[in-house]
This record gives sequence, structure tokens and C-alpha cells, in this order.
Amino acid sequence: MAAEVDITTNAGQLLAAASGGRRRVGDRVFSNLATAAGVTILALLAGVAIFLFVKGLPAVTASASELPGGKSFIDYAAPLAFGTVLAAAFAALVAVPLAVAAALFITHVAPPRIALTLGYLVDLLAAIPSIVYGLWGIFVLGPATVPAMKWLEENLGFIPFFEGPASTTGRAMFVAGLVLAVMILPIVSAVAREVFAQTPRKLQEGAQALGATRWEMIRMTVLPFGKSSVISGAMLGLGRALGETMAVTIILSVSGVVTFNLISQANPSTIAANIALDFPESSGIAINLLIATGLVLFAITLVTNLAARAIISRQNIE
Amino acid sequence: MAPGAERRLLLPGSIGWSRRAKDRLATVVIGSAFGLAMVPLISLLYEVAKRGIPGLSVEFFTESARGVINGGGAAHAIVGTLVITGVAALISVPIGIMAAIYLTEYGSGKLRRALTFFVDVMTGIPSIVAGLFAYALFEIFFGPGIRLGVMGSVALSVLMIPIVIRSAEEVLKIVPNHLREAAYALGTPKWRTITRIVLPTAFAGLVTGVMLATARIIGETAPLLVTTGVIDSMNSNPFDGRMQNLAVYAYNEYRSPGVMKQASYDRAWAAALTLIAIVMILNLAARLVYRRYKTEIR
Repeated sequence: MAAEVDITTNAGQLLAAASGGRRRVGDRVFSNLATAAGVTILALLAGVAIFLFVKGLPAVTASASELPGGKSFIDYAAPLAFGTVLAAAFAALVAVPLAVAAALFITHVAPPRIALTLGYLVDLLAAIPSIVYGLWGIFVLGPATVPAMKWLEENLGFIPFFEGPASTTGRAMFVAGLVLAVMILPIVSAVAREVFAQTPRKLQEGAQALGATRWEMIRMTVLPFGKSSVISGAMLGLGRALGETMAVTIILSVSGVVTFNLISQANPSTIAANIALDFPESSGIAINLLIATGLVLFAITLVTNLAARAIISRQNIE
Repeated sequence: MAPGAERRLLLPGSIGWSRRAKDRLATVVIGSAFGLAMVPLISLLYEVAKRGIPGLSVEFFTESARGVINGGGAAHAIVGTLVITGVAALISVPIGIMAAIYLTEYGSGKLRRALTFFVDVMTGIPSIVAGLFAYALFEIFFGPGIRLGVMGSVALSVLMIPIVIRSAEEVLKIVPNHLREAAYALGTPKWRTITRIVLPTAFAGLVTGVMLATARIIGETAPLLVTTGVIDSMNSNPFDGRMQNLAVYAYNEYRSPGVMKQASYDRAWAAALTLIAIVMILNLAARLVYRRYKTEIR
């Protein structure tokens, strides 16, 4: 395929070259423009990293007494990073099984006639702005979850996650995580759907010919075939949840604690939510401090996404 | 695959009851998981419609909130949303499509591979980080505390460009090579081939991609919170001070409601409803454009 393109490209260039110099100018200008656009994007991305680094550095090197709150950068950022990872991990834990099942339903269970529509419905979840998720989370899901959190506290309180005391307003990590889960579900599901639909027919029909039920066929062909793509889709979703801002900003009542307790009123904040809450009223070194935490967030999501891509490309090579 | 096909293929007596029960159970679990995933969507759309409609009024669409305590409309936020998003699209679309042309028509070697890789990286940038970048960039030129509409546009461009590239790349890739070859055979220079043959063939797909990308960024809140700030009066000049937009408006009405809490909340929901309506219209229009104007490729 690539070789074919090269040959025709060269032939085109030869012909163009043979038919006079003025056309070559047009070609050169256009190809330079296209290349410039590509380079601009690389420069933009480098700019993101460089500007955040330059603006964040003063806060990283400042002593604890110079920073607001009198904490060093590490002491300030660590609880936030913890909250970020906790919220995203909980969200992924909830979203991935649901997303995989929803994808299986669309590709292998639902009647093919309506499968396309069902897929569109799941994709619709990705189109809803995060601010709307935030409002829905605090006004609708939060209050609706209060009894469930109370039940968890009473019956599963021995697990650190559900230690309680349960929030009575719904402004807990549990609710924020659930909303994040809904937000990343379409991403994970889209990846899973694509790979499930690509499972070789030969394998599926082979399994059926050997007398497998539908579930056995799914378990023995579809799931193993899609495994690594699903893992990378899950990590893409995790990356999205790590950087998601508004839903968490609105829902959590923040108190800077470090706890695994998901259902209590006192929650660790996340990096993104902390920036959204504090940035508008900050100035001076406080701004640098927030930008430095932004750089940490950038690094965390970058590593997550790169790992996801690495898994995908390894799968493609195989 | 036909849903009943596998069942028909099997002889009914050949499956033990436990295997059949397991199959049933799996089907039920998978089906209910899908149903569970749909609950938030239905609940969310229902609640936004129910709570958003009371806040909608003529005033909401025609007046700003300038000088009004506990009231006013969101016209300034709607205008701001359109201006900020429009400028972001003006920045992102040319760069994104030219970069996609580079990737599909010109690119080779290291630069191409680097670009493909870094566009992937760019898709993963958290939106708030894009906002911080725009702030850091403009602070260098305009000093601390700077808030401009165009800063928001720059932040949104960071999010929009990779989406435009990805979708444009997809549609440029499916333009068949024999069209290009035919043009070359007639002695058409490469750039004319691209502008006269490739781009028109892919036009519907490109427009659809741009519309979907716009729909994705128009509801962004976090990057605008740190770049365009909050303001009550109408400002349609992206280069002159703070600029309101719908998402930040909704956030603010929720976060700092006035004395009449419920009226504020109503306005927040009305803004949310307006945003969802805009996003849905963009999505539907994108699909319609594609269906109506796509070039039949044989």
C-alpha cells in the first residue's frame, strides 16, 4: 500500500516537474504549508510542556514558608495526586466491566438491526458537556446515592473504603467516582466495541460448530481476541478520568485529607478540581503552585496514555 | 451475525442444562449491564429538560446580567460561547486540516511518525492543563491576572486540533488512489490534485469532522475558567478583557447563587439545557451533512 503511494507520488512529481517550473512553485508552497502545519503542532505541544515547566518551577523550588499554606510543593501536591488517582481508579473499576458488557451486548447479543442505534446511544454519553454531568451529579445522583452509601456504611463498614460516616448530602468521592465512571464509559465501550466486532468470523463459527453456546463462544473467542485492546481502552478511560475537572469540582466537598474512605463527607481533592477551585482567586506564587500541580497532572495522564498506546501497538504488531 | 443463528445451529438435546443456564445467565447479565449503562443517560436528559425549561425565557436569550442583582439573562454567555468557539475553530481548522494533508499526502520518515505519535499524546491532554498553558503563554506578554476571550480560544484549540486532524486524516485516507493517479496522469501538479480532487471528494467528511470537533469543545468549562474569567456584561471582542460563556455561566450560577437560590439554579439548568441542545444540534447536523453530501466512492 505504502509503496504504491510512493510510486504514484513520484510519477506525479516527475510529470509536474517535466511540465514547467511555475507549477513546481505552487507545489513547493503547498507542501511547505502542510509541513509547517505539522511542525506548528509539534511546537504547540512542546510549548505546553515548556510553559508549564517554566511557570511551575518557581513553586517547586520555593521553600515551604514562601508557599501559601506553608507546605512544600511535595506536601501540597501529594494529597492532590492521591485524590486524583483514587477517583480515577474507582471510576475505571466501575466503568470498565459495564463498558465491556455494553459493548458485548451491542456486538453479539442485541439484534443487529438495532445495534447501530444502541451504539449511538452509548456515544451520546460522550457528547454531554462535563458541567452538565457535574450539575446532574450534585442535584440528582448525589441525593439518590445517600441511602446506598448509608447501607454500605452499615453493612460493609469494616472495609476501609466504606468506613463512613456516610455523607448525608452526596458530596462524596463515591458519587464523584460514579459520575466519572459514566463519563468514561463511552470511551472504553467504543474501543471494546470496535475490537469485538473485528473478532475473526472463522473463530466464532468454529466455536459454534463445535457446539459452544453463545456465552462459551464469547468467552473462548471474542474476549481473548479483544483482551489487550480492552485493557488499553480502559487505560484511555483512566487517562480521561484523571484529567476530568468540573464534575469533581462541583461534587466533592474537599478537605485535603488522605483517605481511602469513599463515602464520607471529608474527601481528598483532585489536582484538576483544586486548580478550578483556587485559580480564579489566586495570584503570585499561588498561581505558580497551581501550574506546577498541572504539570504533575499532565505527566500522570501522559504516562497512562502512553502505556495504553504501547499496548495497542504491540497488539497490532502481533 | 443473526442473533438466533448460533442457537439454530446447535442441537437442543446436545447441551447440558448447566451450560445452557450459564449461557442464559451471561445473556441476562450482559443485557442488564447495558440497561444499567443507559440509566444515567435517560435520567440526565430527563432531569436537564425538566429543570432547565423553567429557566428558559425571552430574557434568558436576549439580556445580559449587567447591573442586575439576582436575575438577568445569559445573552452575554451565549455570544461569548459562540465567539470563543468560533475563534478556536478558526485557529484549529486550517492547522488541523493542513496537518492531516501533510500526514496523508506528503509526510514520510521521522517527522510523520513524530506527528502521528504526538497527535495521540495531544488527544490525552486534560482540558484544565490546556487552560493553564494558554494562561502561562499570555501571561508572558500581558502580565499576571490576564483574562481574554482569545486565551480561551487558544486553550480550546489545543483540545480541538488533534480531533480535527484525526477525523480529517480518516476521510483523506479513504479518497481512492486511482483519483490521484488519474490527475497525475493528466499532468496535474500535486497541489492542484489535492485542492481540486482530494479535498472536494472528502469535503462532506471534513465538514462533519469539524462539526463534531466543535461539538466536543463547545461545552468545555475548566480551560475557560482559568482563561476567560467571569463577567456579567456583554463582550463580543475576544481581544478585550473578560468574556463569559455558557458553561462557566452555568457553573457560576450554581457556585455563587444570589439571595434567590432557586432562580440561580434555574438559570444554571437553563444554561445546561441550552448547551446540550447546541451540542445535539451540531451532532445531528454533522450526521445529516455527511449523509446528504458525501461523495459516492466507487
